[in-house]
Amino acid sequence: MFFSVSLYCSLAVFSIGLLYKIFTWFSRKVGMSSKHFSTPQRVSAAAKGILVTIFSLKLFILLKVFFLDVILQRRILKEDFLRWLMHMLLYGGFMLLLLMHALDNFITAEMFSDYYSTRNPFMFLRDLFGFMTLVGLGIAIYRRFILKVPRLKTNTMDIYAIIIIAVIMVSGILLEGIKITSFSVFQKMVEEYAFLDDEEEFKALESFWVKEFGVVSPNVEGPFEEETITQGLDTHDMSCAGCHSSPQWAFTGYATAKILKPVAVPLDKAGAVSILWYIHFLACFIGLAYLPFSKMFHIIASPVSLLVNAVMDKDKSNPANIATRQVMELDACTHCGTCSLRCSAAPAYYAFGNEYILPSEKLVFLKALAAGKKLGTAELKAIQEGVYVCTNCDRCTVVCPVGINLKDLWVNVREDLIQTEQPEPLILSPYSFVRGLNRKDVPEKDYLRPLQNARRAVAGEFDSIMDKNRILTLKDSGVSEISKLPESTFSYCFGCYNCTSVCPVVGSYDNPEETLGLLPHQIMCCLGLGLTEMASGANMLWDCVTCYQCQEHCPQNVKVTDILYQLKNSVVSDLGRGKAGRTSVANAA
Amino acid sequence: MNRGKNNIMRYAFFIGCNIPARVKQYESSSRAVLEKVGVDLVDFREFTCCGYPLRNVDRKAFVLSAAGNLAIAESEGLDLLVLCKCGFGTLKEAQYLMREDNNLLQDINELLSERGLKYQGKSKVKHLLSVLYEDVGVNTLKSEVKIPYKNLNIATHYGCHALRPSEVTQFDNPVAPVIFDELVRLTGAKSIEWPTKLECCGAPLMGINDDLSANLARKKLNDGLKSGADYLCTSCPYCQIQFDTAQDMIVSKNNGENILASVLYPQLLGLSMGIDEETLGIGMNQLDISAIKSYLSQE
Repeated sequence: MFFSVSLYCSLAVFSIGLLYKIFTWFSRKVGMSSKHFSTPQRVSAAAKGILVTIFSLKLFILLKVFFLDVILQRRILKEDFLRWLMHMLLYGGFMLLLLMHALDNFITAEMFSDYYSTRNPFMFLRDLFGFMTLVGLGIAIYRRFILKVPRLKTNTMDIYAIIIIAVIMVSGILLEGIKITSFSVFQKMVEEYAFLDDEEEFKALESFWVKEFGVVSPNVEGPFEEETITQGLDTHDMSCAGCHSSPQWAFTGYATAKILKPVAVPLDKAGAVSILWYIHFLACFIGLAYLPFSKMFHIIASPVSLLVNAVMDKDKSNPANIATRQVMELDACTHCGTCSLRCSAAPAYYAFGNEYILPSEKLVFLKALAAGKKLGTAELKAIQEGVYVCTNCDRCTVVCPVGINLKDLWVNVREDLIQTEQPEPLILSPYSFVRGLNRKDVPEKDYLRPLQNARRAVAGEFDSIMDKNRILTLKDSGVSEISKLPESTFSYCFGCYNCTSVCPVVGSYDNPEETLGLLPHQIMCCLGLGLTEMASGANMLWDCVTCYQCQEHCPQNVKVTDILYQLKNSVVSDLGRGKAGRTSVANAA
Repeated sequence: MNRGKNNIMRYAFFIGCNIPARVKQYESSSRAVLEKVGVDLVDFREFTCCGYPLRNVDRKAFVLSAAGNLAIAESEGLDLLVLCKCGFGTLKEAQYLMREDNNLLQDINELLSERGLKYQGKSKVKHLLSVLYEDVGVNTLKSEVKIPYKNLNIATHYGCHALRPSEVTQFDNPVAPVIFDELVRLTGAKSIEWPTKLECCGAPLMGINDDLSANLARKKLNDGLKSGADYLCTSCPYCQIQFDTAQDMIVSKNNGENILASVLYPQLLGLSMGIDEETLGIGMNQLDISAIKSYLSQE
């Protein structure tokens, strides 16, 4: 009774959770892509998209991807054999157990008329699948906690997944083991299935089962007389053998039974069978109910991601569907860390200590953001930096085992984050190269806004440099400023003006000072006067095309370009980026 | 230079981030050409970004990015062959800084140890053009040219980050370089004189100051056209994108401006060596360069 009630409750919670999660794919927003579409629009676009795809040749692509990437998981195999083996064992073992054992009334019993759970091959297979799952779990624990895979991060969702499977598997094996030894279960079974006339017959059967079937009896103990065993065997053949294969085939349970033998009787008396039974099925039902909210939801979202991304196209697909897909992809992520392992920008993670630079951690954060998390300034700066420190090499997208279109996700989110009030100085670096190439994808005003914000921020107090009518007052900042710069070669400058005259940027303007603020030779002069901050405010820094003509042609070996780089770096650092911007992802999930 | 057993040239092949994502034909054409002249290329999945974009952000971070790649190649006893000039310049600069500043070297190695790496400065960094010119040699290359060009005017674009700062890069004479011109000449093409030859293409400012970036590119393109060039020739993905994809954007804005398309050096060389179009990715350039085949002498 309790079993049925808890099963239905669990199924109800699971179903509601599932529907809720799928609803969020259509209602939540991530980045720029979802801004213009309402939930009803997205639902109808998806319905249309799905129907059109299924009734087209793309169906064959879907079938191929389903077989190769969902069932056989070749994308994992391409990257790492051990991970593929681990996951095959885990998911294969668990799925087969679910179908053959948990759903035995609906599936196995219907397919095989001679099915009994204690009968081979079903009994053996159950143990085999359980063993496979446990080995897979062992590899998972080994990989996450012992093997030190670079940049692989483990959060509470990962730990929950490991724990719930472990509890289900271990409780199942213990339950089987304790049932093998249980005298009370033996007694009950005899009452129900063996029609025994007397005490002697019972004792014979009991002895046989203690000897051959691992029962631990408080009454009888080996060695047994041959006659007793023979009599027991007769009764067994008549009443038991039809449903019971030899228990050694249930190798995990049998091994457990042997280990538990010394304490089997007191455990049985304490009701261990019942207790373990409750733990086992309740763990299953809790796992089921909680599934939509846990990492286990990937068993639904990941295949969807693989299938959908196999047939969608950035330029041809309905933008409403792209918006929906990008929310769904956040649920498909299994936090496997392959993207972070292959990330080209990973060295910056080590240099700055900003976890958000790693693709896997960006994604975890985006999940929280899409669910409505509000960002404080420090967090916004950290995720902005994390999303912007990306060379657009696309490797993460190529290796993702669940087929998430990461590169499009990053571009989408990046554009959204830099449109906020918080200026992002990293936009004034070659990380913007690809944004510039794809300039036409963004409305002109939106394209320029983050650049203008950043320019203003880096100018600091010295936006007055831009005003040609104002005279620059020289602040007395002391000699100590000069020695702060490692590139102290500016002190060799004797003002020959060569750097400015060879500069192609200066040569691009009729009135260069108007746009650039300070010219190269003027910046060197500022530094000579100890006016580092003023030099740092000039637009010239960020308009420098780094062609090194100035440095090459300086007769005094002043490292002009390198000095400009150094000034840029100190501005970025003062704005709390780079190594000054350390952050942890503590509260992301 | 790596000459292993049997005098084979072997390099760690460093292609960076831009090429696999946006200029795949540079990789495929380089592989084809290098294979023809007996150069062995070793790929490393562990290679990361060279650190170039981080130069505007943080010095230690850029040096760390570069040092990781250098350490990886070092661990296999290989020098690096770099296709991208920004990458080349960045790796050379990082080497230079770690040589001059021992404190920096120690800090970097401490951070590298988190990834199980160590930098000792044993590997050399060479650009594709240097390998072809110095290690393979003009004579060997010339002997592989089966169908030289005739009457083809090429404007070589040296780019900036290999030439300068010459103290660091040691690539060629910074004010009167010859390597690229000689490499172009051996294919039968003529390397023309043009005033803005050694100027910057403007790519580093793309996304930061797009007008200025386009201006610098336009200046060079106009100069190249005026000097009689049929094609520009580059050996860096940034320069190539600037004169290819970006030129496509610049020119469509102002009607009537003439196009000066850009070809990558291994594409130019490869065609004269008789390597097929598809391997060289001739069709992958944004601006159509298929007409360059008409200059081949036996076509």
